[in-house]
Amino acid sequence: MVIVNPRVHAPAKRRGFRREHLLFLAFVTPNFFLLGVFSYWPLLYQAYLSLTRWDMISPRKLFVGLDNYRYMFGGSEFYEVMFNTFYFTGAVLVGSIVLGLALALLLNQRLRGRTVARAIIFAPYVLSGAAIGLVWAYIFDPVYGLMRVFLNFFYIVSPNWLVDTTWAMPAVIIVYLWKNVGYSAVIYLAGLQNIPQELYEAAKVDGANSWQSFWHITVPQLSPVTFFISVTTILFSIQAFDIIAVMTGGGPVNATTTLVWYLYEQGFIAFRAGIAAAAGMLLFVLMLLITMFQVFFVQRRVHYS
Amino acid sequence: MDITLEKSAEARSGRATWLDVSTQLLKYAILLLFVAVFLVPVFWMVSASLKTLQEIYTFPPQWIPESFKWSNYVEAWYAAPFGRFYVNTIITTFFGVAAEVILGMMTAYAFVYLPFPGKNVLFLVLLAALMVPIHVTILPNYLTVARLGWLNTYQGIIVPGAAVAFGTFLLRQHFLTLPNEILEAARIEGAGHILLLTRVVLPLSRTTLVTVGLIALVGKWNDFLWPLIVTNQTAMRVLPVGLSYLYQQEGTNQWGIIMAGTIFVVLPILVIFVWAQRHIISGLTAGATKG
Repeated sequence: MVIVNPRVHAPAKRRGFRREHLLFLAFVTPNFFLLGVFSYWPLLYQAYLSLTRWDMISPRKLFVGLDNYRYMFGGSEFYEVMFNTFYFTGAVLVGSIVLGLALALLLNQRLRGRTVARAIIFAPYVLSGAAIGLVWAYIFDPVYGLMRVFLNFFYIVSPNWLVDTTWAMPAVIIVYLWKNVGYSAVIYLAGLQNIPQELYEAAKVDGANSWQSFWHITVPQLSPVTFFISVTTILFSIQAFDIIAVMTGGGPVNATTTLVWYLYEQGFIAFRAGIAAAAGMLLFVLMLLITMFQVFFVQRRVHYS
Repeated sequence: MDITLEKSAEARSGRATWLDVSTQLLKYAILLLFVAVFLVPVFWMVSASLKTLQEIYTFPPQWIPESFKWSNYVEAWYAAPFGRFYVNTIITTFFGVAAEVILGMMTAYAFVYLPFPGKNVLFLVLLAALMVPIHVTILPNYLTVARLGWLNTYQGIIVPGAAVAFGTFLLRQHFLTLPNEILEAARIEGAGHILLLTRVVLPLSRTTLVTVGLIALVGKWNDFLWPLIVTNQTAMRVLPVGLSYLYQQEGTNQWGIIMAGTIFVVLPILVIFVWAQRHIISGLTAGATKG
């Protein structure tokens, strides 16, 4: 490990300074080159494509200005897509926060086997969404599926989940939550363990019951965690693809077509590059707005808690 | 008098423990219920993969099949080229993870230990890339990969996702916590940056490197949309995409075979997870609480 440099230090340092700059460039260039080619450049290229009409085969792209955006915002299908996107993202957001916090509170109790329980609850998060989607497609089978067993227990007749336009979206949401709620639970759990215990003791001395200390200590102390979970949940769920792809393929009719599915369908099934690019730009702007909201608004408000 | 006092204290504590025991029991019951919600679907998948069609199509369902129909696995293996899917997935995952760990390590090292004018701005540029996930740019990236002639190739699957922002971020956070004295000592002894990185910083960061590698591994193994788009030959499909191919081949009634195929996809990651769940969970929470 030890290699003694016989050279004198002082002059080497001045030359070394410039050499260190070069070394910095050598170290970061591959990563930045890739980011440039596959993250930043495609964004510019997509902005341009969104102003053209192109079938992805013919050698010429027809410049059409804002026509693609006009087409998109003008059609009723698009409003359906946006509604589905917000429906999915909103339900997943609420579910991740409520169920994630409930699970975290439970896992924070002194119970035997809670480490194993935490691992079991978290496990679906690391499994393939395509695989989980298929397992649940079988569970949702209205005649032979596990869900029918469960609903029968409460004397509820199972809907025809994946082929019913009202029930397909809730089914997809349930699966997405089942797969991902372990993530928010584990992050909430870390947050709970960071709350100083003295706060609870002080509240107890003041005569607060556990319900009061939950609302007046736990919830406000967790607010930075809640905002982190909200932002990541929105950013990830807005991109949900594999579960939808294997379970419903955006259907029935358009019932589970979210913005990402719409983008995929327009680009890679209908070969309407311009529309797909416009949808991609919209997706990007949505994600940018959510992050900016976090950076400029939320972080400032949450920190003094 | 002493005795009575003792007795009442005992009685009080007795009552308290009874209350404690019942709330504890209630908590255990709720925990068990939640654990069941997560375990039962997995059990359902495994049991279905061993059922005959007849057993699948009975209601109320048969929880444990009479005799295990292992041939579902054989049929799934041949209904879609799973051997090939495995090879493809292992190759793309291995090189994807290697690229991510090496690039992340080099970039993080440079940002922590090397001077460069305006490097904080550069770091923001790097983090901003988190805002442009591949889902947003599939169309132009597909066109780039097509122009490079990389459709249906491993490099087409691997390279566009190889740049790392999140891993770099995690590694940088860790490098910043390394004690300065050790690094200074090595520097005084004349160690250059390459030696410093390979002999000092990396050995001190083994856990974080494993975490970054594992998170990357899970992501690459399960990746669906990108490999779906840049491949259209069955022989070049990766496991998750191949699984949906199996589903299309078998139709929606061969659940036994499809569940067997599902287990092909899920099992390796599940094994790794059981072995390394602490690393994965701690890495993800570290990213959250420090971010």
